[in-house]
Amino acid sequence: METLEQIKARAEAAVPGAILGILLNSSPSAQHSLVVDNEHALAVAGFLRDDPQLRLDYLSNATGVDWLDREVKESNITRQVVDGVERDIEVTSVRVVPGYLEAVYHLYSMELRHGPVILRLRTGNRSDLVQIPSLTPLWRGAEFQEREIYDLYGIQFTGHPDLRRILMWDGFEDHPMRKDYVDPDDFEYEPTPHDEVLERAARHYPTTK
Amino acid sequence: MTPDHAHQKAGGGGEGTLPQAWGGPSYELRSSPEGDGGLLEISMGPQHPSTHGVFRMDVVLDGERVVKLKPVFGYLHRNHEKIGEGTTYLGSMPYTDRLDYFCSLTNNWAYALAVEKLAGLEAPERAQYIRVITAELTRLQNHACLGGFLLQDMGASGTPLMYAFREREKILDLFESLTGARMMCNYMRFGGCRCDLPPGWLEQARTVVAEFPKFLDEFESLLNGNEILMSRTQGVGVLPRDLAINASITGPVLRASGVNYDIRKAEPYGIYDRFQFRVPLGDHGDVYDRYMMRVLEMRESIKILEQAMAAIPGGPIMDPKAKIRGFRPKAGEAYGRIEGPKGELGFYLISDGSPNPCRYRVRPPSFINLTVLEDMCLGHHVADVVVILGSVDIVLGEVDR
Repeated sequence: METLEQIKARAEAAVPGAILGILLNSSPSAQHSLVVDNEHALAVAGFLRDDPQLRLDYLSNATGVDWLDREVKESNITRQVVDGVERDIEVTSVRVVPGYLEAVYHLYSMELRHGPVILRLRTGNRSDLVQIPSLTPLWRGAEFQEREIYDLYGIQFTGHPDLRRILMWDGFEDHPMRKDYVDPDDFEYEPTPHDEVLERAARHYPTTK
Repeated sequence: MTPDHAHQKAGGGGEGTLPQAWGGPSYELRSSPEGDGGLLEISMGPQHPSTHGVFRMDVVLDGERVVKLKPVFGYLHRNHEKIGEGTTYLGSMPYTDRLDYFCSLTNNWAYALAVEKLAGLEAPERAQYIRVITAELTRLQNHACLGGFLLQDMGASGTPLMYAFREREKILDLFESLTGARMMCNYMRFGGCRCDLPPGWLEQARTVVAEFPKFLDEFESLLNGNEILMSRTQGVGVLPRDLAINASITGPVLRASGVNYDIRKAEPYGIYDRFQFRVPLGDHGDVYDRYMMRVLEMRESIKILEQAMAAIPGGPIMDPKAKIRGFRPKAGEAYGRIEGPKGELGFYLISDGSPNPCRYRVRPPSFINLTVLEDMCLGHHVADVVVILGSVDIVLGEVDR
């Protein structure tokens, strides 16, 4: 199979305007991945599927990843005059790198028996800009997996034919695979005559006593 | 509505230029039928005995024919992946047994393989042979039971299933003497196996494998040409080749549709490139072909087992680089996959250098193989739904995770 750089160059030539990045993986597996912008993701994925040299006809695995906001500490050394003496002063500042949700697709070719090419699509943030295009119109195999990502991570796949919860029940509100998810403490509690449980139930249902 | 129109609706418009590899189903059928003139909506499961666990299908019937089918699951959901993120790498190993509880050893192998890719470990020669032997024994007992369950679903109460369970019992005895547990084996480790073969185990295993073809002959002569089996399965639940590829179907279900893709051949992991075996392929993609795939794969597994048991060398069973305590792979990610008895079982791990994985993902074959359940069932009778579901071979511990 071609190297990821070659795939990237050809995809950028085939899909005008597409911005692709290569994310290097430093582990011994050396499975590097392609980061695709959301606007051209469907066209780039279509190119990967239909290009005669790649023929990535098989979407093996689709999954979500949650990246929380990160704090990056930066220290700069500046020269300042303090009490009439010139000194090097170290100024540390904390910069917050905004978090995002990510959908990762592992593509293989059943016809040419190569792979994987790993595609990554990223949302704008973790709260309101969580739409990314669905790849289900290209690979039907993404249907249930994208539903699972929506269910557990809260990524909205635009263009998905049937985006509903799949593992959690329909009335459930949160997305349990997110890193900052906190378990509610009232899951199907049957108040039993234990003080602790009764207290907890009272906290949750203050109106009923 | 033609399938092309259905696609455009499904694709949310888009450019409308991307070709569709499969012809159906029309998504229109999935929206609820308002003026349901004579349509009956029933819920099959979750306590239905034919659903192989707590699995439910919302079925819309026109008389006896299925016009819509939506699988509903999650009854056994315990968020395996979240639990995997909250424990150490090794801590998840016993828990992988509970995914597909019929095939704990192949689950162990898939997880060990992914971690080995992530951490740069390699199991020594003897451990590789032990892995192949245990995995192929797992495949034998899984496929034998599938045959039994499938016949049970068709109404052949007991007999074929008990024949299969009799053979399975012999293999489980082997697992028990090797790992201490019949089903929850928790045997493999990153960079090897937990313990060496006990004395006399190989001879015992050779006897079991040597006797297995007799069971297969008996099973096949009982069933392959059976008129009821043939009329219930031939031409039922046909899965077209293109749809199978496009919908990421793997394992015997994919090969029954005639796609020559077995990870043991396509991307040999472990030492599978050393063995001579063939990949059986079907040409109709119906339930009968899926049944035959399992029978033929058992014969191939026996070939692999014979070769592996003849060639197994002595030596260590753990990679000396492997650390049990304080195991922290460097930051990075890895996707490892094996050909499990039910299809491609993959584990995707992201490490951030801490003792716990930052992301722990299971690619469950039986979950993804259910994608096409509706396509296979449309137009068939309710009784066929049961048989089609049986031929997909699902285990709810893995579907729901």
